[in-house]
Amino acid sequence: MKKPLQNMPESALRLVTVFAVFIVGTIVVVKFVIPPRFKDTKIQWADTVKTEVAKPVRYAGAVACTECHDEIVAEKKRGYHRDLSCETCHGPAMAHTEDPDNIKPSAPRDRKFCPVCHTFNPSRPRGFPMINPVAHNPMQACFTCHNPHDPKPPTVPRECSACHGEIARTLSVSHHVQLKCTTCHDVPSRHRVSPRVVKPTKPSSRDFCGKCHGQESPYKGSPKIDLATHGEKYVCWQCHYPHLPEAE
Amino acid sequence: MMDRRSFLKKLLSALALSGGALGGFLRGVPAWGQAKEEPAGKLWGFGVSVDKCIGCARCVVACKTENNVPKEPFFYRTWVERYMIPRTGEAVVTNIHTGLAPEEEIPSRPIFRSFFVPKLCNQCAHPPCVQVCPVGATFSTDDGVVLVNDKTCIGCRYCIQACPYGARYLHPATDTADKCTFCYHRLDRELLPACVEVCPTQARVIGDLNSPASPMTRFKRMNKIFVLKPNLNTEPKVLYANIDGEVR
Amino acid sequence: MNPAMLEKLREILPHITGYIYPNEIEVHWGLLIVVYPYITGIVAGAFILASLVKVFNVKEVQPLYRLALLTALAFLLVAPLSLVSHLGHPFRAYEIFLTPQTSSAMAMFGFVYAWYLMVVLLVEIWFDYRKDMIVWGQEEKGVMKHVHRVLSLFSKDTSEEALRFDNRALKVITIIGIPSAFLLHGYVGFIFGSIKANPWWSSVLMPIVFLFSAIVSGIALVILLYMFIYPMMGGKIDMKCVDKGMSFLFYAVIVDFSLEFVDFIHRIYQSEEEIKILGELVMNKIFFSLVIVQVLMGMLFPLGILSAIKIFRRFRESEELRKMLYFVSLILIQGGIFATRWNVVIGGQMFSKSFRGLTTYKMEFGGIEGLLYTLALLALPLVILAVFLKVLPPWKEFAKAPRETEA
Repeated sequence: MKKPLQNMPESALRLVTVFAVFIVGTIVVVKFVIPPRFKDTKIQWADTVKTEVAKPVRYAGAVACTECHDEIVAEKKRGYHRDLSCETCHGPAMAHTEDPDNIKPSAPRDRKFCPVCHTFNPSRPRGFPMINPVAHNPMQACFTCHNPHDPKPPTVPRECSACHGEIARTLSVSHHVQLKCTTCHDVPSRHRVSPRVVKPTKPSSRDFCGKCHGQESPYKGSPKIDLATHGEKYVCWQCHYPHLPEAE
Repeated sequence: MMDRRSFLKKLLSALALSGGALGGFLRGVPAWGQAKEEPAGKLWGFGVSVDKCIGCARCVVACKTENNVPKEPFFYRTWVERYMIPRTGEAVVTNIHTGLAPEEEIPSRPIFRSFFVPKLCNQCAHPPCVQVCPVGATFSTDDGVVLVNDKTCIGCRYCIQACPYGARYLHPATDTADKCTFCYHRLDRELLPACVEVCPTQARVIGDLNSPASPMTRFKRMNKIFVLKPNLNTEPKVLYANIDGEVR
Repeated sequence: MNPAMLEKLREILPHITGYIYPNEIEVHWGLLIVVYPYITGIVAGAFILASLVKVFNVKEVQPLYRLALLTALAFLLVAPLSLVSHLGHPFRAYEIFLTPQTSSAMAMFGFVYAWYLMVVLLVEIWFDYRKDMIVWGQEEKGVMKHVHRVLSLFSKDTSEEALRFDNRALKVITIIGIPSAFLLHGYVGFIFGSIKANPWWSSVLMPIVFLFSAIVSGIALVILLYMFIYPMMGGKIDMKCVDKGMSFLFYAVIVDFSLEFVDFIHRIYQSEEEIKILGELVMNKIFFSLVIVQVLMGMLFPLGILSAIKIFRRFRESEELRKMLYFVSLILIQGGIFATRWNVVIGGQMFSKSFRGLTTYKMEFGGIEGLLYTLALLALPLVILAVFLKVLPPWKEFAKAPRETEA
């Protein structure tokens, strides 16, 4: 160690000294002066998990509601809204669980809230109950007819369009507009009560469409094809959309 | 002969050794900076059933309320996208607004398919945000949630740039990065995340991926699963069921 | 919460085309981050120019040697300023030294920077100026005498042996310095190039493209400063030196251009998922800064001028004409490189990672992220350089003569 130091000119030695002081100083400061929580991410991460976990809760969760509102909960359990959390409509209720008398959760009673979910929107999954808020009993609050905790319609809707809004819209501009839904679909009566369990039928044979569109069909005014050669192995609706048949 | 053989042997073993060492090093590389996962503990996963989402955006509202996310439409921990796929041309995508007014329809072209897609932080197993954070302010917890330490985050926004899903934003009140935590504070109290709690159609599911019986286990068994941007090898823990290929 | 910021974001809303993720409206890395790679690029480039003299023995550019080193130092001192002032929490910047994450390219900034500043630039400058500082410390009076004595660390040894050691040390440091300069700017490219989420950035070529554009901007700036400052101090521009420097610049621009061209062709040929949105980005959002300023005015036009000078005798004979043409191409090249940084940083944030839409960037005027502050940041290294030129005059021929003009 000594020899290179002696060989080094005085100038370089000065530089090395400055660097040594600087480096040693940094190491001392980092190692001994700065407390570990500033330089150890493990400690910082454990702290973060602690602060994260300690953050206040605003939504109490559906279980909390059952403790007091057992009647409503029992009523809701029977209806279509059984899987709906109370706070979806009533808003965050943690404060209410802590001080039930003075803090009440909101209850949306006007016509603005229900349509958030139930306005017709073609992007919504098929079969989801949707209405046109402009045409559907205008000006009346939803809860005058529907109990939000058991929201079955006062009468089971007669029109298929009550639920199948998208199909109804498509159909209204098509040549099939005059046909009744039941012309093609057999609708079991249980479909109105359990729409997802019991489903209407769909025509399954080429002959069904052939009743109007086959060459031998007595109906006039409908386009005719030769069932034997047209489309061969496909069922009609595999190419033609029956609710809008003129679309290719 | 003997010499040559032993030399070859040595050479081969040396090659194998260095190859093994290199392989070990490479395997180590992507794991840098991540907290170790303990196989026995919980591993949170999230499921989204795209065909159940009705686009009501109650999840977005609940998330903003629960987690102090600014109400302005520039900051989201979770949001809902609406896809409209026309017969020809580009898909039309919009971000669902959180107000009570129904979504406006954009039927300028005939729409083939349409649906809603909820988005949130994917809590990747290989999170790019954790990889790039210069100060270790963001990290994966043992149960697989990526958290941000807002006491040490310097606000450089590198993580926001690195997130392929746009799930992070700079919180305007704290000037630190913020993102979905799966409502870590609620999970700790055995509550559902706010968005899962209020979802009216159970389009959102959360559960322990390690458990043999959890909502996520069922979700994975019952559905065809896809993750977003799988080519980036982030290995998201938010799984999507029945999602359309148009979704990015 | 800042209402002005919300107002700004609201103003951007109508300019969004297509679909962007809702969190993407804000362009997070603004003007300050454009300035940062620009400045570090100049540092790396200026150092490479300096090392031409020491390592590759290019004698012609000797007059640029010290100026290049001082320029590199002046810009290096300002480089972290733009980064730190952009942070959401500038006063937490020290954390990058306390809890650096080895997996983060950005975390390595502190160390690459410290290495480059302390070990390479300062030491090289110290060894180069040591003898002069001792001499100045003995001859001068007043404050400057003490400044020079402190700067030389009170060393007094001007023996042959010590000077030989200085020279050897210089050579070693320069040899260490070249890869360090490459590292400094290559890593800045890596900060962008390693972001796999962003296809505009994510490219293996990014560090290399950054490096060569750095060399271009550094060499160009040092020559430009020389052509400005040297005559101002009463000297006559050494055209041999400028010619040689410009010739190196010419090759650097060619390499830079080819690299970017390869990157461009590669992207178009592979034509992956993102090609459509990147096409829209180039055509609609950054056409002016990319095609016009960066490629046409920043590369092709100067290349044309420089080739013309190399080809036609008329240019080679007239020094005045050449000076003027050099001057024009240097300015254009600087503008082009600044546009390069702009297109990388801002361009990379204007398209959505959903690849479905574009947002827009509105430059502010005042404030930390504003134009005014940025201009001040860009002017600051020049002020620092002026001080350096006063304290450590790079050209011996003026060292003794009284200096009246402001550097």
